[in-house]
Amino acid sequence: MALLMHPANNGVLQAEGHTLVRFCWQHIEEVSKVSTITVTVNGKTYTNDVEPRTLLVHYLREHLNLTGTHIGCDTSQCGACVVHVNGQSVKSCTMLAVQADGASVTTIEGIAPAGELHPLQEGFWECHGLQCGYCTPGMIMAAADLLQHNPSPSDDEIRHGLEGNLCRCTGYHNIVRAVQYAAAKMRGEEVSA
Amino acid sequence: MIPASFAYHAPQSVAEAVSLLEQHGDEAKILAGGHSLLPALKLRLSQPGVLIDISRIGELQGIHVGSSIEIGAGATYAAVAGHAGVRSGCAVLAECVEQIGDIQVRNRGTVGGALAHADPAADLPAVLLALGGSVSAQGPGGSRTIAADDLFVEMLTTALEPNEVVTKVTVPALGKGEGAAYSKLKHPASRYAIVGVAAYVKLAADGSVAAARIAVTGAGPKAERQSAAEAALVGSAGDDAAVAAAAAAAGDDMEYLGDIHASEDYRRAMVKVYTRRAVAAALSRARA
Repeated sequence: MALLMHPANNGVLQAEGHTLVRFCWQHIEEVSKVSTITVTVNGKTYTNDVEPRTLLVHYLREHLNLTGTHIGCDTSQCGACVVHVNGQSVKSCTMLAVQADGASVTTIEGIAPAGELHPLQEGFWECHGLQCGYCTPGMIMAAADLLQHNPSPSDDEIRHGLEGNLCRCTGYHNIVRAVQYAAAKMRGEEVSA
Repeated sequence: MIPASFAYHAPQSVAEAVSLLEQHGDEAKILAGGHSLLPALKLRLSQPGVLIDISRIGELQGIHVGSSIEIGAGATYAAVAGHAGVRSGCAVLAECVEQIGDIQVRNRGTVGGALAHADPAADLPAVLLALGGSVSAQGPGGSRTIAADDLFVEMLTTALEPNEVVTKVTVPALGKGEGAAYSKLKHPASRYAIVGVAAYVKLAADGSVAAARIAVTGAGPKAERQSAAEAALVGSAGDDAAVAAAAAAAGDDMEYLGDIHASEDYRRAMVKVYTRRAVAAALSRARA
């Protein structure tokens, strides 16, 4: 569906000639609305006052200073912001912090004990699964969710499982190898890069 | 802060959600998985004063499989795709939802939310139409059931009233001699349907096609049944010639939308291609 939004449209959103929604840019008086949430992040429980419109990724990065979770496309497509909420991988740019009230969240900072690397982190290191590193936290969190459901994935299953994560540097070949490295290590097998 | 400011409510029951809708009227929007609403809020295309988050309502989560399959409106795509009873009773539904977005989207997006939003490129509307399913909704006056054929009114618009909450989605469990399939041309990044076709067939004892329902999504402003294609199949032997006739008849009598991804003409051509694939797959399952 093509959404054409342009100031010349006078605030009318069009899809190929069909008027969808009328909207206006006028400033809306911001009403102070605050919710108190309690979230366990990487095993530590936090209670914070947040505006309900706060996205989970902004809560993690700006309230808790956990900046390992990245913001890429901001449109639920690139996967740089993937974290686990109650054990399931989600895109934290498309979830409100208030929706995580009472939940247990794991970010890249919490995937392994301090000072140690998770097998996936080790795999990305050993197999050169990253170049700039921007997509890496999301890739690792998505791959961790994949491996908890499928400890012995085929290369195709890894590619399918990571379809919600985009890398714009290396391509995906070494990322698949890194996940295979981690899968083997987590199965207790001898590994080499 | 990317979305505009709003007040947030997380009711524990459907009755409480309906009462909040009554109280806040046009200002309020229902939030379920949020994978259609939050992107709209972030673009400020939608600026509701109040969000009513129904994702904590336990009664909306269940999936029950019997002679029909009842899916709580709040069930996620991942929950439906991973449900053994759905896979055995109505495989096309699992096949459809596991093609939506990616696993992170499927972990959040809900069946009820997708149908209430009625995005023209959503997958489920076509499958619900082909299966002859329905949605149940609760409003201040009680509950009612809306047949799929009556649900989709126009782009992003359904027959649901503003003060109603979708509570469940019902589809039949398919039996012997019945088959259904969903075939889609997906956008490579978003996985939305550029064209998606769902087909259902029921065979008579002699192997001829006793009933058929075919629906298209993605190509136009709303998901639509394809009555000419259905008529080409019913009464036929369901052979290659009948499948070709159904494909040729598909998509001639509907409104199209073109965009940067695919023109109207391309979508019209793809409706025929994907109708052929979906009908052939449905027939093959009905014979299995």
